[in-house]
Amino acid sequence: MADNNQSAEAQSDIHKKIRSAFKTFDFLSNNTVEACEINSVIYSLGCFPTQADLHAFISEVGEDNSGFIELDKFLPAMTKILLEHRFPPIPEERLLQAFEVLDKEKKGYLEPEELRKYMTEEGEPFTQEEMEEMLTALVDNKQKCVLYKEVIGQLVIDPDT
Amino acid sequence: MGCGVSKSSQFNKNSRKAVTTIRAAILIQRWYRQYVARTEMRRRYTWHIFQSIEYSGQQAQIKLYNFLGYLMDNFTPSSTERNLISHIFREHEVCLDAEWERYFCYQTIEVPEVYTGPHLTFPLTVEQAVGLLEAFRNKKQLHSRYVLQLLLETWKLLRMFPNINRISTCQSKVITICGDLHGQLEDLLLIFYKNGVPSLERPYVFNGDFVDRGKDSIEILLILFSFLLVYPCDVYLNRGNHEDHLINLRYGFTKEVLTKYKIHGKRILKLLQKIFSWLPLATVIDQKVLVLHGGISDTTDLSFLARVDRHSYISALRPPKRRNNSSAGVSIDTDLEEDVWSTSRIYQRRNSLSFPKPLGPRDCFHNRSLQDFSGRIKVKMEDELESRRRRESLFQTAVNRSEKDLLSPSTSTDSTSSDNAKEEWRLILDLLWSDPMNQDGCVPNEVRGGGCYWGPDVTEEFLNRHNMQLIIRSHECKQEGYEFCHNRKVLTLFSASNYYDVGSNRGAYVKLGPDLVPYVIQYQASSLTRELTARQSIGRTERSALKVLREQLFAHKSDLICAFKKFDPENTGLVSMNDWASAVERVMHLNLPWRTLFSQLVSSKSNDGSIDYQDWFNELAIKGPNADHIEQSLLETLYRHRATLETIFRIVDTDNSGLITVEDFRKTWKLLSVYLKMEITDEDISNLAVTIDSNHDGSIDIDEFMEAFRLTDKKSRLERGRSMFMVTTTDLTKLEGELNV
Repeated sequence: MADNNQSAEAQSDIHKKIRSAFKTFDFLSNNTVEACEINSVIYSLGCFPTQADLHAFISEVGEDNSGFIELDKFLPAMTKILLEHRFPPIPEERLLQAFEVLDKEKKGYLEPEELRKYMTEEGEPFTQEEMEEMLTALVDNKQKCVLYKEVIGQLVIDPDT
Repeated sequence: MGCGVSKSSQFNKNSRKAVTTIRAAILIQRWYRQYVARTEMRRRYTWHIFQSIEYSGQQAQIKLYNFLGYLMDNFTPSSTERNLISHIFREHEVCLDAEWERYFCYQTIEVPEVYTGPHLTFPLTVEQAVGLLEAFRNKKQLHSRYVLQLLLETWKLLRMFPNINRISTCQSKVITICGDLHGQLEDLLLIFYKNGVPSLERPYVFNGDFVDRGKDSIEILLILFSFLLVYPCDVYLNRGNHEDHLINLRYGFTKEVLTKYKIHGKRILKLLQKIFSWLPLATVIDQKVLVLHGGISDTTDLSFLARVDRHSYISALRPPKRRNNSSAGVSIDTDLEEDVWSTSRIYQRRNSLSFPKPLGPRDCFHNRSLQDFSGRIKVKMEDELESRRRRESLFQTAVNRSEKDLLSPSTSTDSTSSDNAKEEWRLILDLLWSDPMNQDGCVPNEVRGGGCYWGPDVTEEFLNRHNMQLIIRSHECKQEGYEFCHNRKVLTLFSASNYYDVGSNRGAYVKLGPDLVPYVIQYQASSLTRELTARQSIGRTERSALKVLREQLFAHKSDLICAFKKFDPENTGLVSMNDWASAVERVMHLNLPWRTLFSQLVSSKSNDGSIDYQDWFNELAIKGPNADHIEQSLLETLYRHRATLETIFRIVDTDNSGLITVEDFRKTWKLLSVYLKMEITDEDISNLAVTIDSNHDGSIDIDEFMEAFRLTDKKSRLERGRSMFMVTTTDLTKLEGELNV
């Protein structure tokens, strides 16, 4: 009995979280969010899906004719994802390892061009715009390179439990 | 043999490496995209916070004036209160033009030798206008003599303009259009730097809201007016909703002028009132593009607009006085305008307060019906009414009858003229206050309290009817400085960058050539912004927004505790996160994503995720108002309505000395208590007054009073950030007034 209450409460809390995040991007105030923005909603709920994951999710939920996703459809699908912890956050150590893999020469930092090459050519490539933004955010002004150890620490977001 | 083996293992190694690299790349991309999305989320809700607080502030302002107007129309309060209210509307003095000229005589004002600012001679030349720009860039202040002279010339010129400016792009002229500037001189200087100053080859349209909020409103006006005087056929000004002295009282312009011009400020403000009322209401380019400040409604008609008497609308919040000879025959109090007590005015006023029920999702902002004054007032004022039985019966019928009855022609001989007046007033309000919405239709703008929300169908119909193709308007801050809507038929243009705080938004201006295709240029003032990276600037703005929000929460402490208690029947002192969000949403009436904001607003919670709400309030602020012997709820009211209170104080302070008498202070509070439905005893008020009037000389220093009730935020004490919504005095008193003006 107690378990049921707790999980009901937990689910209600999750629903509220999802609604709240959804609302922030619902600029028409009609319980819909544009498909291209729905990624932001999902990310902001603490999930770390890949692009492939996102595409799969969106096609599962379904868009309407004008490319909008409705809250009614989004809510149950998203709730499931959160309850299952399907796209958990990336632990710092793994992130560090990833950077170290890219840092072939083991310099302890990455040149902007190095990072650009990997991010725009490998994996799920960035667009030009995304790349520019990343460089602006991550490149250290004085040393003109990406000090990835520091960067990881600075950009860790408070988990929203 | 060895080669073969090593080759394949080498190959495997390489492909493994490649896979690892790909995996690493994906990981980093995932992580970074998440980060960007989170940042975007924070940017969005920060925006929502500022905007919802701004709009609810405007709403409060308008409600207050509606309330006071209602009082004026329907009561003779006891003589002390009546005087106070008539103070508030004293600006409706009628003077002949000759009297005005004498009143604003500047010739007697001497410019001292120590004055290092610009000297103006009239007629103005372009070199002088540019010189003025330079002087203001170098933080000089124009002497009041020249200010008055310039304003006088401007007034004389504006009177000759029609309600609607008409310009054409003939001779391949490209017209530059700017949106709200709100006293931000940096932005105007940036626009002139990028685009060039106004000239015969470079016409400009400025679309209203030149003043309030920013600290250089008067300088902006002086620059715009001087270029107007030099190029009257190439500079066009539209009136905005902030070109209105009633709004200026609350949003900083009045204070700015009185601070910068201690001796002649009042005269300058008076002259500006006239000038504002003479500003044209709209501009039409090539008969195809309409430029106006707010927007339209489903009843907007340009030919009707062209015929109104625009200068009789000194403030858009009050309809103009009507010389009404056939007043309802009640006994008139001599020191009030005659027509205030006429029957038709009651009907007219009544209709201004009543709106049809709103459709659509915005009704969450609407928390207090504009119509329920009667209940409130009756309790306090009934005694005074008894002696005026006739008026009381009028009042009763006005309140009890339905709207339809009030409008029926048989009840009033002046119904047609009052209908017309009503129409006109509504037209002007709509022009200056409306916002576009995405749904079809046209509903009252209850968020702002004035004008309406109009939909794409209204735009379509309007443009077809007038044979036009585009509406350019301002009035709303947009993150990119501009935004198209209604199938790109409406363009919102906002020219005050960093409006809410550093890094909050860009500004934009538009260039329109003979092809009438708008070409938008964006910018962002302040060198500081350019150095901040994307993540840093969102942090600052966010902190600023959260600070403002925390102040609001603190100011509603009693109501919030009440709401929390409802979720905590066993009095444990704890509520869940969900319940916290529900309670806050219910009390604050701000359409914000509270659950998302939770982690930013509440730092302490126990393991099972519940919040100790009393503790939470302690965490919100380190230093509350330091008047321990004053009752808690009174303090909260004070804090919550600081801006309104300050506005009223400044109105009451008729000689602009910064001091009001204890007596006036008491009257103001009594009035406010009726408006806010609060029980404030005379004793409470006296206690409050005594606290403030520390030297017991019978007068209260307004600034000190407001300063005493400011909250200091524990988290960001060192970061002042621009707290725009509680207009603070420290911003303006730091101005360098080097002159004896």
